[in-house]
Amino acid sequence: MTLHADLRVTRGAFRLAAELVVEPGEVVALLGPNGAGKSTALRALAGLLPLSGGHIRLGGQAWDVPPAVFRPAERRPIGVVFQDYLLFAHLSALENVAFGLRARGAGRAAARAEAARWLDRVGLAAHAKAKPRALSGGQAQRVALARALATGPDLLLLDEPLAALDAATRLHVRAELGRHLRDYPGHTLLVTHDPLDAMVLADRLVVLEHGEVVQEGTPADVARRPRTDYVADLVGLNLYRGTAHGTTVSLDAGGTLTVATPVTGPVHVVFPPTAVGLHPERPVGSPRNAWRVTVAGIEQHAHTTRVRLDGVPPVLADVTTATVADLRLRPGDELWAAVKATEAHAYPS
Amino acid sequence: MRSTRRRTRGRLPVALALPAVVGLAFLLVPLVGLLIRAPWRTLPSRLFSASVGEALRLSLVCASLATVVCLVLGVPLAWLLARGDVPGRGVLRALVTVPLVLPPVVGGVALLFVLGRRGLVGQHLDAWFGVSLPFTTAGVVLAEAFVAMPFLVISVEGALRAADPRYEEAAATLGASRWLAFRRVTLPSILPGVVAGTVLCWARALGEFGATITFAGNFPGETTTMPLAVYLALETDPDAAIVLSVVLLMVSVGVLAALRDRWVSGPS
Repeated sequence: MTLHADLRVTRGAFRLAAELVVEPGEVVALLGPNGAGKSTALRALAGLLPLSGGHIRLGGQAWDVPPAVFRPAERRPIGVVFQDYLLFAHLSALENVAFGLRARGAGRAAARAEAARWLDRVGLAAHAKAKPRALSGGQAQRVALARALATGPDLLLLDEPLAALDAATRLHVRAELGRHLRDYPGHTLLVTHDPLDAMVLADRLVVLEHGEVVQEGTPADVARRPRTDYVADLVGLNLYRGTAHGTTVSLDAGGTLTVATPVTGPVHVVFPPTAVGLHPERPVGSPRNAWRVTVAGIEQHAHTTRVRLDGVPPVLADVTTATVADLRLRPGDELWAAVKATEAHAYPS
Repeated sequence: MRSTRRRTRGRLPVALALPAVVGLAFLLVPLVGLLIRAPWRTLPSRLFSASVGEALRLSLVCASLATVVCLVLGVPLAWLLARGDVPGRGVLRALVTVPLVLPPVVGGVALLFVLGRRGLVGQHLDAWFGVSLPFTTAGVVLAEAFVAMPFLVISVEGALRAADPRYEEAAATLGASRWLAFRRVTLPSILPGVVAGTVLCWARALGEFGATITFAGNFPGETTTMPLAVYLALETDPDAAIVLSVVLLMVSVGVLAALRDRWVSGPS
């Protein structure tokens, strides 16, 4: 059962024309700047906004095929986590999670039992009776996720699910959300403007600009070959999975990196291409990461030049035009890449 | 120092202070006068006398029934005005508020010509069901509801428009129909507005005079509510009029106090 969506919405001067395909079990991130049409796309998929053209189909079911078919939100098997969660303030955490089950016809006792199981899964069994305003941001986010997943939806829509959290909470909640998404067998669409959320959580990125898809592919592909300056600026992240022991991270793809803050267990290590220095010889005299690389490609963007480098691990570096001239960079050149430990951030995954 | 402070604070200009004090006195002195003139010693016995008790009971019953009518019809109407996709919502909203500014007597006349035995609707009620509303207790309820409903509708509509409609959308994505979302999500969130509207509506219904006497007449035990009884008693038994007035005053003050404590000053 694949989700096929050709989202066409016209509202005044704004036009959304985006095609999306999501396979079961796949997490697709819809990434783009504010006003690109991400929320419009999500609302159309949720049934909160009818399409002007195109179609939305899940397997054999037509959800929105204007002008003939429109299934409203309450008749679509969906779960939505809203940016500010929209938990019902007068209901307890348990009743919030049970709401969807009750609305879809479950008996009171059965709904509460199932809701309690979900609260337990997100680690909030102890807060079942708490009202939303007594919950922290991270807890509220987990209740919202449990509420969205409790009905066993075919399509899970996440609207900037981490945007409302502070930086420290965000790390943990992101890692936890990643675990739940891996367990979830349905289709997931994650709407975000945060490239890190997208790259960590999603199997595939779809980048939206001015209502149109400008690029799609795996996070690594999109980062390596950005098609527009916006994508280059936004998604240009070096991202690795690995296992941390203190400040040393062994990368799954090979190689090790040193990070500033000690962590343990599976992590993502992230640093921007601007943090990568390129040197003709091995740099000396500082506790940094340095390894041999070979220039695989050079792409010119508006303000910088992005250099793709093969090595263990492979890496992207943004350098100034002056550096390109100084080093006389050409594909096949051998160089040393250097990254300060303080620039490399490790996030638990 | 002292003179500096005086100068910075300034004095209330006489042109404002004098009319302000007169205005305050104008509003308060009649009420104080009422309390001074009240026959406190005989008040309990008068209060429980047959005619006063009857008017009081009738008033409470009719105002409460009228409030129920207003709730049943007014809350959905407020929802329609705040959320419904109806053309000409602005005009509808203006029309709903007409009874607020309409002299109640005119409302009573209008009711009489529509629901009266020869009225537009009333003749059919009479012919098909044998129901005649004017000059009955049901007529009192209708007249009070007609005058009081806008208070409820406006209060509830304001609360609805202040409530975030995205909670209804969240409920929809969880599989709730609009009716279920309204019942389980919207209504609880606007409850303070509904309660405030209900109290205002009930107080307005309790004090209704013009429309009631025009549409329902003045039949002791059947349509003579407190305000009507006050007006009648003024000619025959001024002390009874004062007792009834004091009771109505107490109810009004009580309503204000309840609103002020819990709903008017906003969430604390």
